[in-house]
Amino acid sequence: MISASHLTKRYPGGYEAVKEVSFDIEAGDMVFITGHSGAGKTTLVKLIAAIERPTSGSLIVNGQNLAALRRSAIPYLRRHFGLVFQDQKLLFDRSVLANVLLHLQIVGQPPKEAVRRARAALDKVGLLERERANPIALSGGEQQRLAIARAVVNRPTVLLADEPTGNLDTESASAILDIFASFHQVGVTVLISTHDPHWIRNYQPKVLQLDHGRLV
Amino acid sequence: MMHSWLFQHRVAVSSAVRRLWGAPLNTLLSLLVIGIALTLPAAGYLLIENLRVFSARASGTQQISIFLEREAGRKGVAEIESRLQSANPGRWRFVPREEALKRLQESTGMAEVVASLPRNPLPDAFVVEPAEGSPEVLEALRQSFTAWPQVAHVQLDSAWVRRFDALLRLGKLAVTLLALVFGAGLVAITFNTIRLQVVSHAAEIEVARLIGATNAFVRRPFYYFGALQGALGGVLAALLVGLGFKLLDAPIAELAALYGGKFALAGPGALDVLLLAVIGAGLGWLGAQLSVSLSLRQLNG
Ligand SMILES: Nc1ncnc2c1ncn2[C@@H]1O[C@H](COP(=O)(O)OP(=O)(O)OP(=O)(O)O)[C@@H](O)[C@H]1O
Ligand SMILES: [Mg+2]
Repeated sequence: MISASHLTKRYPGGYEAVKEVSFDIEAGDMVFITGHSGAGKTTLVKLIAAIERPTSGSLIVNGQNLAALRRSAIPYLRRHFGLVFQDQKLLFDRSVLANVLLHLQIVGQPPKEAVRRARAALDKVGLLERERANPIALSGGEQQRLAIARAVVNRPTVLLADEPTGNLDTESASAILDIFASFHQVGVTVLISTHDPHWIRNYQPKVLQLDHGRLV
Repeated sequence: MMHSWLFQHRVAVSSAVRRLWGAPLNTLLSLLVIGIALTLPAAGYLLIENLRVFSARASGTQQISIFLEREAGRKGVAEIESRLQSANPGRWRFVPREEALKRLQESTGMAEVVASLPRNPLPDAFVVEPAEGSPEVLEALRQSFTAWPQVAHVQLDSAWVRRFDALLRLGKLAVTLLALVFGAGLVAITFNTIRLQVVSHAAEIEVARLIGATNAFVRRPFYYFGALQGALGGVLAALLVGLGFKLLDAPIAELAALYGGKFALAGPGALDVLLLAVIGAGLGWLGAQLSVSLSLRQLNG
């Protein structure tokens, strides 16, 4: 499903955030990417989502080598992913529902079907009664759940989340991770980056531990 | 597949409408600027169309008068008659000097003057209505008539026709230049509004791309925005021209009446409104196209 070999990312300026990393992720895996702050977790997530390009090595996602992917193919690759970003990237000029709808409009879902599916996704994360609210009026945990609803609404094969529990209390964080676990249970490949390794024992995931850009 | 394409366009259109509607003051100002920019060339074009129709009608009754020498007599008249018959320049008729005098008498205010004349001062004349009314043909006829025997004077009103024709051509050129300048202005205005639009939707564009939006999906609302704004500007221009013509209609008719003519300004018709809307939409689309390419490149850093 996702396989990296000697994957290296050097940022302009010369800093190597990911160095010679190799791993294999099977379809249906649940994977935690851990490591200290600055270890390269976000960089690795961005490489997999084709937001950043590998400097060297290969990264194969869904049978496509991202190092050689045409720009015009990137949108279609991303539609296989549900992305949850460290800084959520919600749109505050529209309702909770409209935030989720955007994802379905991009792929050209019929409006009625899109609304039905967006509501179902909001229901799954417990936000259905807030569908008309502006995301600015949601708590941190609720915003994170909205980000997840948006990520899953298009039924991705891979859920890719960068520090989804970043600034949440233990209880909200646990609720969020339970949502991811429930998607893992129905066969979705789940990748979660976190600098807090204490979650690992609850879910028995595969672990990719990064240390200064290297896999340990 | 066909359907998803359609839905994506529907999303783009409604998003463009929302963006137009969402900033009513900006939209109104842009529409005014675009409307006024299109008004000038549109008004010029319609005015020239009006004048062209008018001149075609006027030159349709083009006449050449051939005045004979006073002492030409019946023999002279017969000579011209036979020459006209063989030259066959169009319809023609003979106006004997008695008839000319009678007509002069009938025209207002002249009766007493004519009565006081000791004898008929008018010559015999022929009035020719040439089959072809172009200035070149009329001029050629005038020259050949002048060379005929017993002809004192040939009068031809083609000078004003030619001048009018040249003036129309000049006007057409001016309107074309005006249209080019203001069309470029419209593109520039759209370019700027779209640039601001792209900047103010940077967050949405970024998110859309991250979750798999194609370039086309991101750009489409801006194209529709530019085209819609241009089309509305075109309709506004048509309204402004129509209003202006309505205001000018009465004074112009009055002026024409003073010269004994009839001239009614024809304002923009449904087809003209449509044409203006389409031109506005096309130019708006072009401005958006140029702007989106540049603005998105800047946004990507
Ligand atoms: N765009 C960039 N340009 C240059 N250097 C960068 C860029 N993005 C990240 N880096 C550097 O790469 C290293 C890894 O960053 P990254 O964001 O991947 O770490 P992280 O593991 O996600 O950290 P955190 O837990 O704090 O989010 C850091 O030292 C960072 O300064
Ligand atoms: Mg990070």
